[in-house]
Amino acid sequence: MTAKRSPGRQVLLQGNEAIVEGALAAGCRFFAGYPITPATEISEVMSYRLPAVDGTFIQMEDEIASLGAVIGASLAGSKSMTATSGPGFSLMQENLGFACIAEVPCVVVNVMRGGPSTGLPTNVSQGDVMQSRWGTHGDHPIIVLAASTTQDCFSLTVRAFNLSEKYRTPVILLADEVVAHTREKIYLPHPEEMEVIDRIRPNMPPDWYIPYEDNSRGVPPMSPFGEGYRYHVTGLVHDVRGFPTQRSEEIVGFMNRLFRKINQNFFDIQQINEEMTEDAEVIVIAYGSVSRSARRAVREARERGIKAGLVQLISLWPFPRQAVEPILRQVRAVLVPELNMGQMSREIKRVNQGQTRIETLNRIDGGLIGPSEILTRLLRM
Amino acid sequence: MQRYEIRLSGSGGQGLIFAGIVLAEAAGIYDGKFVCQTQSYGPESRGGASKAEVVISDEEIDYPKSVKPDLLLAMNQKSCDSYFFDLKPKGILVVDSTFVHQIPTTRATTIPFTQLAREKLGKEIGANIIALGAIAVLSGIVSLKSLEAALMNRVPKGSGDFNRKALKLGIEAAKDAMNQKLGIEEYEDSADQ
Repeated sequence: MTAKRSPGRQVLLQGNEAIVEGALAAGCRFFAGYPITPATEISEVMSYRLPAVDGTFIQMEDEIASLGAVIGASLAGSKSMTATSGPGFSLMQENLGFACIAEVPCVVVNVMRGGPSTGLPTNVSQGDVMQSRWGTHGDHPIIVLAASTTQDCFSLTVRAFNLSEKYRTPVILLADEVVAHTREKIYLPHPEEMEVIDRIRPNMPPDWYIPYEDNSRGVPPMSPFGEGYRYHVTGLVHDVRGFPTQRSEEIVGFMNRLFRKINQNFFDIQQINEEMTEDAEVIVIAYGSVSRSARRAVREARERGIKAGLVQLISLWPFPRQAVEPILRQVRAVLVPELNMGQMSREIKRVNQGQTRIETLNRIDGGLIGPSEILTRLLRM
Repeated sequence: MQRYEIRLSGSGGQGLIFAGIVLAEAAGIYDGKFVCQTQSYGPESRGGASKAEVVISDEEIDYPKSVKPDLLLAMNQKSCDSYFFDLKPKGILVVDSTFVHQIPTTRATTIPFTQLAREKLGKEIGANIIALGAIAVLSGIVSLKSLEAALMNRVPKGSGDFNRKALKLGIEAAKDAMNQKLGIEEYEDSADQ
C-alpha cells in the first residue's frame, strides 16, 4: 500500500464557511436560499463556490420557495441544501413536512439566533430545538444534528447529507450564531479520507418501478426525474405507487414505514460525545456552542477535585436516549445549560423519569453561557 | 503557553473583525497554534459597537471567547470604558489616543493609530492594520513574519504596499512606546533609590 499522496489541509474557516465546505465535500450541487443573519455567509460562499463545481446556486424570493426549489432539485437527482435562521426556518416548516412525507433527501441548516419573530438577529440562541423536532405539523420522524465547533460544522454537514441520502429524509443541522461565526483552524480531509453516501437508485426497468414499495430497509430506491422512471409525488398520504390513498391499511403501512426507517436505524443515527464520564458524579449535558463552555467548566471543576463529566449531544432528534439513559442512572446530579427556557432539559427530564436530580441553567439575553456560570453551579451541586 | 486572549474593540467599520481574522490566521495557520476568532456586533453595518476576539493556545481551545483578556485594544472611548475592567490584572491595554482621551491606567500603551493613518497613509482605513502591527509587538504572541504573510494573503490585490506600510508603522510605533516605557520605568526605579 502506498502512503496517502494528497492528505487534507488546514485552513482558518468560519463555521458557516465550513458548512459550505462540508456540503460540497458531501456532493451537494444545488443550493437555494434567502440570506439571513447569522446564516448569510453560507449563501454568500455558496454563490461562488457552487458554480465553480458545476453546481447551481439560486437566491429565491423567500424561504418557502427556497426549500421548494431544494426539494425539486433533490427529486431531479441533485444533493441539495438550504440554510437559514429562525424566521426563515419558520417559513420552511410547510415544505419540510412535504419533504418528510414525499421522502425527499435534503439538508436544512438553521443557524439559531434570538427569537421569536425577528428577535435578536445578531445574537446567539438555542431556541429552535423543539421547533426543529415538531415545527412541521403532523406526526413525523426527523433527524436533527447540532454542531458545536467549526470542525463539527464541516463533519456534521457531511453526516447530515449522508443520513438524508441513506434514509430519504430531510436532515436539519442546527448551528448557532457563535458556532457559525467562530473562525478556527480546521482540518479539511482529502475526499479519499471521507465517507460519502449516495441514495440507492432503482435497478429494475422503469416499467417495473414501484416508487414507494417497502423493503427491509424501509427506504425505497429513488430515481431522479427525467430518466424514464415516472412517478407521482404528493404531500397527500400515498400508496406504494405515489397516488393519494384513504385506505386504512395503506395509510398505516405508509406511516409505519416512515417511522420504521428512522427507528430501526436509531443506533446509526444516535451520536453523543462523552468526556470524563467514567467516574463522574455530576455531569453537564450540553449541545452546540454551550458544550464548549461546559467542557471548560468541567475541566476546571476536575482541577478543583469535583468528579464532573460532560455529555455533548450531537444528534438531538431522535433523542439519543439509549446513550444518555445509563449515564443519568450513574450520576448524582445533572446540569443542563442551554440558551432557551429549557427545551432540551424538558426532554432529558422526560427520559430521566424522576430518577436523578436534573438542574437547568438557562440564558435568553442573547449572550453565551460562559464557563464560570456553569462552574459556579457545578460547585454547588 | 496555555491560553492567550486578545480583544479588539471599537466601533463598526474600524476593521477590527478583519484585524482579528488576520491575527488568527497568522497564529493558527502560519505559526501552527490553535486559534479561535469570535466577534460580536450590532445589527448596524457601521457605527455600532464592534468587538473581535482572538484566543491563541498550544492546546485545543474549549471555550472560544475570551474569559479575561491578556490584551485589550480599545479604538474608542466607549469600548475602553466598557472592557477595561475585564482585563487580566497584569494585562496589556492598548488605546488609540486619537479617540481615547480618558485613560484608566498609567500602564496603558497609547498610540494615535487613526491619526498616524491619516498623516502617514493619507486615509483613516489603515488604522486597524497599524494597530495590528503594534499588538503583535506588544504581545509577542505572533511572529511578525507570519503576521505579514497572513496579511498579504487576506488583503485585496494592489493594496499590498499600503498594508505593508501600515503594519510597519504599527510595529515601529509600538517599539517606540515600549522604549519610552522602559525609560519611564528606569527613571522610576532610580527615583525610588
